[in-house]
Amino acid sequence: MTTTISAPRQAQNPLTAGQLPRWSPWATLLAALLVGAAVAGLIAGASGAQFSIVTTAVIGFVLYLVAITVVSQLIEGGRKATDRFVTGLVTGAFLLALIPLVSLVVTVVANGLARFDLEFFTYSMRNVVGEGGGVLHAIVGTLLVTLWAAIISVPVGIFTAIYLVEYGKGKLAKAITFFVDVMTGIPSIVAGLFAYALFALFFGEGVRSGIGGAVALSLLMIPTVVRSTEEMLKLVPNDLREASLALGVPKWLTIAKVVLPTALAGIVTGVTLAVARVIGETAPLLIIAGFTTNMNYNVFDGRMMTLPVFAYNQYVSPGVQEQAYFDRAWAAALILILIVMILNIVARLIAHFFAPKAGR
Amino acid sequence: MTTAAPAATTRASAPNRPADVIFKAVSTTAGVLILIALAGVAIFLVAQAVPAIIGPLPDDDSFWAWVWPLTFGTLWSAFLAMVMAVPMAIAIALFITHFAPRRLASILGYAIDLLAAIPSVIYGLWGIAVLAPFMQPAYAWLAENLGWIPLFSPPASGTGRTILTAAIVLAVMVLPIITALCREIFLQTPRLNEEASLALGATRWEMIRMAVLPHGRSGIIASSILGLGRALGETMAVAMVLASAGAVTFVVVGSQNPSTIAANIALRFPEAHGITVNMLIGSGLVLFAITLLVNAISRWIIAKTTVDGGR
Amino acid sequence: MKFTKLGRAAVVAAAGALLLSSCAANESGADEAAPEGSQAAGSSLSGDLAGAGASSMGAAQEAWIAGFQTENPDVNVTYDPAGSGAGREQFIAGGVSFAGSDAYLKDEELEGEFGACVPDTLPVDLPVYISPIAVIFNVEGVDSLNMDASTIAKIFSGQITSWDDPAIAEQNEGVELPATPIQPVHRSDDSGTTENFTEYLAATAAADWTEGVFETWPSSVYSTSEGAQGTSGVVDAVSNGTGTIGYADASRAGDLGTVALKVGEEYVPFTADAAAAAVDASPRVEGRHEGDIAVELDRTTTEAGVYPLVLISYAIACSEYQDAEAGELVKAYLSYVASEEGQAAGQENAGNAPISDELRDEILAVVDSIQ
Repeated sequence: MTTTISAPRQAQNPLTAGQLPRWSPWATLLAALLVGAAVAGLIAGASGAQFSIVTTAVIGFVLYLVAITVVSQLIEGGRKATDRFVTGLVTGAFLLALIPLVSLVVTVVANGLARFDLEFFTYSMRNVVGEGGGVLHAIVGTLLVTLWAAIISVPVGIFTAIYLVEYGKGKLAKAITFFVDVMTGIPSIVAGLFAYALFALFFGEGVRSGIGGAVALSLLMIPTVVRSTEEMLKLVPNDLREASLALGVPKWLTIAKVVLPTALAGIVTGVTLAVARVIGETAPLLIIAGFTTNMNYNVFDGRMMTLPVFAYNQYVSPGVQEQAYFDRAWAAALILILIVMILNIVARLIAHFFAPKAGR
Repeated sequence: MTTAAPAATTRASAPNRPADVIFKAVSTTAGVLILIALAGVAIFLVAQAVPAIIGPLPDDDSFWAWVWPLTFGTLWSAFLAMVMAVPMAIAIALFITHFAPRRLASILGYAIDLLAAIPSVIYGLWGIAVLAPFMQPAYAWLAENLGWIPLFSPPASGTGRTILTAAIVLAVMVLPIITALCREIFLQTPRLNEEASLALGATRWEMIRMAVLPHGRSGIIASSILGLGRALGETMAVAMVLASAGAVTFVVVGSQNPSTIAANIALRFPEAHGITVNMLIGSGLVLFAITLLVNAISRWIIAKTTVDGGR
Repeated sequence: MKFTKLGRAAVVAAAGALLLSSCAANESGADEAAPEGSQAAGSSLSGDLAGAGASSMGAAQEAWIAGFQTENPDVNVTYDPAGSGAGREQFIAGGVSFAGSDAYLKDEELEGEFGACVPDTLPVDLPVYISPIAVIFNVEGVDSLNMDASTIAKIFSGQITSWDDPAIAEQNEGVELPATPIQPVHRSDDSGTTENFTEYLAATAAADWTEGVFETWPSSVYSTSEGAQGTSGVVDAVSNGTGTIGYADASRAGDLGTVALKVGEEYVPFTADAAAAAVDASPRVEGRHEGDIAVELDRTTTEAGVYPLVLISYAIACSEYQDAEAGELVKAYLSYVASEEGQAAGQENAGNAPISDELRDEILAVVDSIQ
């Protein structure tokens, strides 16, 4: 800035005076990291330990925060300095949070790729001992159970949210809001026990079926759907509702054509999250959906294998050829993530095509 | 969020049409259905738990003495997890919505959603295989150098599978959930408010503090509660990672760690029989009650903090 | 509600497409191929057989099921490794036709009704799965150590805290032991492994092991030890820690160091034969009903070549089934399980110790009488 504008005028230009050049944060960061590396090197040299990247990053980050705040304070003033400090802090928090998440994904992908082959997708575990085998039966089971859980909980969840936001008042609404929150706290294993007790009541002891798993999962899924949908519906500006009603549009049409589409992207995210939350559940399915090595397409009859149960079981009771079992467990986890990824893409596409074009 | 939105619309409602009535009835039924389901769960829990709560237990302990260390562990681990996860989640959501370049932001948002789907078993595997060995030297260092702080009093665990490790795993698990919802909520901040504050000369942080955060407050709390619900009820990951001993202690780096209710149920249930089953389900009921309390408190906070009516 | 309809339709269509196109390669055409195959194998059995129970024999059941289904392609056998308690409970309720359990049926359980059995007939316990429990440790450079029961008891109760303790050193001359602290690891879930381990210590080193026998490690006793969930948890904790020691199914010991137990005057490392010998050297539980084979393991034996730290898992079946078809399936399945072929298949996949010929004859005689 100082180079482009002659010195005497600079002090009078209110728009560019007292600003740090655009490259200054990066330069500061680089300098801070270099100092951090130097200090880490010194520590390593002094204690004989290995050079630590963690130490470098921590020292570098703290130095950067201090330096950029002080410099900005001196040149740009207090408000700008706070802004730069917060920007640094938020970015730092983001990067820090990425570390475990990235580590996790790398672990799953690296371990999962070992068995990510055609056989894994086309075989079940029937008559498989030791190496080989596949998870087709578990993929089908997971998809069916989760699909049925979604069929049960998405309409119930969305209509409940509509009731709460658009109609609900008085004690019933308060009770529902409160108890939906309570539902978020049902331990997954309790949901499984409840579903088992319910089905055992009608079909006798020892009942195992995919639909039971779906019922257990929907107990866990409904609160997430209700809460996220509710939040999203509340964020729809009231002006829209009033405008629609003022035009004489019936209330239900207003909700269906104006309110829901406006909140659609958020609702879809909420539902996807809810599906994501339950698709990896192990404990309830262990109890009610059961365990099998065979294919089963019928959710209403017979045991049904699911991916998380499969992964858990492979990890917990491996045979002598441990590695084959662990590889299958990791590969099953990878597939689970991929399934959610595909669901996510589908959901985004739906949101994209049906949501009104918004400003962003 | 008891603002005037529903009231305003009902006042303006047109004469009753059949479709309207049906739609309302369907919505109400859905809500009532949830109540019925929950009542079912509650009846089931209570009926199963009563023998343990009133009856004599095998080793003459009272039910409450038995369930207390578990309750403590549940609250303590969830608290540690939330202390780490909530600020992080808000920071990530802010970064994605207001700091990152837009193209990067959508990819990041997508990636975060996916992470919510990793099954807890896998978090458990990762906790054992990667996190615990990684943290163990740090715990040893903390116990050695900061041992005078009660949290880090020695001796440190030899395997790193402490309650802090479990809490970190929990934090990593709930992070995507809170982040995803916060992001969606921050994106819903009225554009005009943001632009107005920027036009008035606010810095980006001031804009966030004055426009984005107040608008999203109820959403932040709501999403945190969802996260907390998961942290409290998380079963498999904790059961696998935590080296539990059932002690009541605030030490986060030692080998004597409290267990959690959900993890304990998962660990004991397969081999449980007789009164033990009732005891375990009774502890499930306690967990249920804790969530009830937590939610009541959070509702109360939301009611207190949204007097200004952000929208 | 246009979008939910369309959305659901899309999901249903996607899932449907995937389902229709999917059919496990190893199962495909089972319906057409089966009659031929079964005729060739000379098997007339068909139907579904469900079992549940101990996770300890999960891997062995996998091998048995695979072997049995190969011989009888029209039969579907499932084994749900939900845990011994859950298995027994489901068997009692009639939910499954057979159960796997780390403990034989208790007397009070025998007094009740059994859902799948003919009323007033008693089910039988058959010891079909024998597995040595290894004491595993992770000390750099040491593969094997000799210990007597009292040393092990002292380590797990926190009386011996360092690897170079004289009590360990004097039993292991020539082994260089580091001065690292010992970190014991135990199973934190209810398990037959813990029960057998503590039973062994309580029987052979009562002076140093004062807390007796338990299935779940109580939080109040021997609190220097760290808990880990399941066999895998213990193995992971021992492998990832330093100076750690634990106990687990011998098949999972892998590359970890293992302890040879002092029996009589010798130190016996775990082997399949030594474990099977321990069962043969043990008496039967007295006062059991006819056909029931419940073993009272003799932990204090001094017989040469016996490894007394073993776990027995029982297959529990009715002696008379209400459903004759189920009876036939159970009979055929258990005959296979106890056969030489079945035990060998189990050992290959699960690393258990095959039962001796004497025990096999005894078991097969009982299995033959199942109706």
